[in-house]
Amino acid sequence: MKLDARIPAGPLAQKWARHQFEMKLVNPANKRKHRVIVVGTGLAGGSAAATLAELGYEVESFFFHDSPRRAHSIAAQGGINAAKDYQNDGDSVFRLFHDTIKGGDFRAREANVYRLAEVSLNIIDQAVAQGVPFAREYGGHLANRSFGGAQVSRTFYARGQTGQQLLLGVYQALERQVRAGKVRTHQRHEMLDLIVVDGRARGIVTRNLVSGEVRSWLADAVVLATGGYSNVFYLSTNAMKCNATAIWRAYRRGAGFANPCFTQIHPTAIPESGEHQSKLTLMSESLRNDGRIWVPKTKGDGRPGNQIPEQERDYYLERMYPAFGNLVPRDLASRRAKDMCDAGHGVGRTGRGVFLDFSGAIERLGREAVEERYGNLFEMYERITGENPYRVPMRIYPAPHYTMGGLWVDYNLMSTLPGLHVIGEANFSDHGANRLGASALMQGLADGYFVLPLTIGDYVARTRLAPVADDHPEVRAVETGVRERLTRLASLNGSRTVDSIHRELGRLLWDKCGMSRSADGLREALERLPELEREFWENGKVVGSGTGINEPLERAGRVADFLELGELMCRDALAREESCGAHFREEHQTPEGEAKRDDRRYTHVSVWEFEGPDTEPVEHREPLEFEDVSLSQRSYK
Amino acid sequence: MRITLHVWRQAGPDAPGAFERYDHDDVSPDMSFLELLDVLNEGLIEAGRDPIAFDHDCREGICGSCGVMIDGEAHGPHRGTATCQLHMRSFEDGDEIWVEPWRARAFPVMKDLVVDRTAFDRIIEAGGYISVRTGSAPEANATPVPKPDADRALEAATCIGCGACVAACPNASAMLFTAAKVAHLNLLPQGQPERWSRVLDMVERMDAEGFGNCTNHGACEIACPKEISIDFIAWLNRDYLRARRRRSG
Repeated sequence: MKLDARIPAGPLAQKWARHQFEMKLVNPANKRKHRVIVVGTGLAGGSAAATLAELGYEVESFFFHDSPRRAHSIAAQGGINAAKDYQNDGDSVFRLFHDTIKGGDFRAREANVYRLAEVSLNIIDQAVAQGVPFAREYGGHLANRSFGGAQVSRTFYARGQTGQQLLLGVYQALERQVRAGKVRTHQRHEMLDLIVVDGRARGIVTRNLVSGEVRSWLADAVVLATGGYSNVFYLSTNAMKCNATAIWRAYRRGAGFANPCFTQIHPTAIPESGEHQSKLTLMSESLRNDGRIWVPKTKGDGRPGNQIPEQERDYYLERMYPAFGNLVPRDLASRRAKDMCDAGHGVGRTGRGVFLDFSGAIERLGREAVEERYGNLFEMYERITGENPYRVPMRIYPAPHYTMGGLWVDYNLMSTLPGLHVIGEANFSDHGANRLGASALMQGLADGYFVLPLTIGDYVARTRLAPVADDHPEVRAVETGVRERLTRLASLNGSRTVDSIHRELGRLLWDKCGMSRSADGLREALERLPELEREFWENGKVVGSGTGINEPLERAGRVADFLELGELMCRDALAREESCGAHFREEHQTPEGEAKRDDRRYTHVSVWEFEGPDTEPVEHREPLEFEDVSLSQRSYK
Repeated sequence: MRITLHVWRQAGPDAPGAFERYDHDDVSPDMSFLELLDVLNEGLIEAGRDPIAFDHDCREGICGSCGVMIDGEAHGPHRGTATCQLHMRSFEDGDEIWVEPWRARAFPVMKDLVVDRTAFDRIIEAGGYISVRTGSAPEANATPVPKPDADRALEAATCIGCGACVAACPNASAMLFTAAKVAHLNLLPQGQPERWSRVLDMVERMDAEGFGNCTNHGACEIACPKEISIDFIAWLNRDYLRARRRRSG
């Protein structure tokens, strides 16, 4: 596997402009001769499909929901970063770039991140023009809020529903192209494999989730915008259907998988309430703007938060990180919460929770102002827990939320498989070992609106693509493989539901490959995972057949892939003998318990190549070079 | 808690349907309504029976996938709450609960509690957007938008497209859904160039999809998980009439 990041030459600030000029163009009249498959309709996939169609390409858009508007980007709450510097507080493209690189603990590519910061400006313009109703000040101009990992206010927001409003903008742009006849949407279709012909990605095989029909679709290029894999942990803040199948199948077809162990645990989710729990609900990081995090100084203090006097509270983030306080990056906030609970200071029935307290903010700003900023989040909290956060402090606990790892892509967002492009959370590119808040929406839209639609033109223009016939042997072979696997899954007739095996997988990964990892724990997980996989295939149970709506069958395929992916995550976590960002190896910490990087040995991206079902994957490395920032120990004190 | 569910089971679009009874003795009040269905389904699968099909995804009340009639009310008894956010503490020990799919001509049942809501996509496709090519947007702060207008637009834009308004309406009207999108875009300066064609095209599509018309029952507003006001329907009607007058010249 050859890893050529194709980073353009020249000074950092001129790379993208220069690259745009150097890329080959497709004549407008020729664009309509090229068909592009886009899988997923979240911020990345939806914006890419709409923009490619505007440019003139023929676009086939696939999604497993009933409507493109349901993609999980819809659930993003807090906001989207952009270096507009509307607050005149010293922000700039370079500062956003620098914060993102530093927040990612120096494990992302400089050139990609700089481009992200540059196009962040265009994203806000685009969204506003589409009618996205961002929060505004009384003068009618756009408002901003602060977010973790930054000391400037650069986050644009629409109450706690920023993802929803941005996604509706994307969805509407997409529907406009449907009306124009340039995008054909395929709802309730799930991609189950990738078709590779002569070394190039040329199509996908889908299952129609209503009829059960399995069929192939061919194109000149394939774009995966299928999101992250936090659901490997079973309980996460992701929607129930989020899964890794599309990227996992592509990995098995030859696309390199980068940094699979970089998984983000979000500090502020509502704690688990019982065995029936199906998912965890996030409380936006923006709450940390005005909420103060604390635990009782006395271990096992069972009193309700509002009855614990001020002097008996430990505002541990403010104590440990006076400069950033409650706004430290996510990995730190999560790990410190875990430390507090492990030390016996946790609150709530399970002892796995810390307080997020708004009483000070309510006193300072008034209830109305707090309601205006966070009203819908408070309502959501009350609905789930039955507690009123205006009166008692919220209880929060970390939860799997986002995956920085994903398919490896070059500067053009193309994977190691020519023709296969990967955008949004599904790729690995911009967040290094830890993503800053309000940067996922930015990356999804940067990739989909402003980067991929141009780079895909370069690929199409430079590549001579012979037509592939519907009955090409490779196409038939992939289709047959998908059918056989579905039959095998549908005939599982043991005694355990797929969900119960998924729950066991999740617990194992959370314990051994979650917020903190050790060599012994990871080795243990690597021993147990193949057993669990065997358990799945020998003792799993699926009812119904491959025809018609069959959710247990859909889930079975996803869980089978999660089982394999879990193994790769542990392998990657074991190979990375350092702590960085969200990847915390217990063996590698400073005396104060902070992550200790090993820049000499690990300033690289780990890229895994599939070698066959019973063979260990091979690790390749893309060295990371830093020319415009100096590597430093992250300090938020 | 002890709960008895009567759930509508229907094998396919043209199959006859009927209620089936499920008793559950061990329901936690902290469970969400959909988690109760999950637990029920795990039991059905273990027993080798076909689980209940229902649409769901984010379980945070924002994706709009879920939605069933619970005792005749869209999304159940709790105001401003999608089915996934409804928790069992809203019910009493020993309750019998009747669960049905949305019922509307424009939302045909696909299986059990799953209905086809693609008619909503086609209403948006008809004009529920602002035509702006990627890259052609002006600087975002170039056009100030008065805060009250922006806030009002956001209130309308919070619609999650779940279809509860249609399910609750005795006429199976999609007026609240359509009005919310028309108002969101037509309230903003960016939406003005296409204001009149937008409202005409979307209403025309809505009618063609087989939705009924509004007769001011107000059931939609009560069922809406985002509590979108029927004032927007009045707003839609006004914009529609103005657009018609403009067209007839």
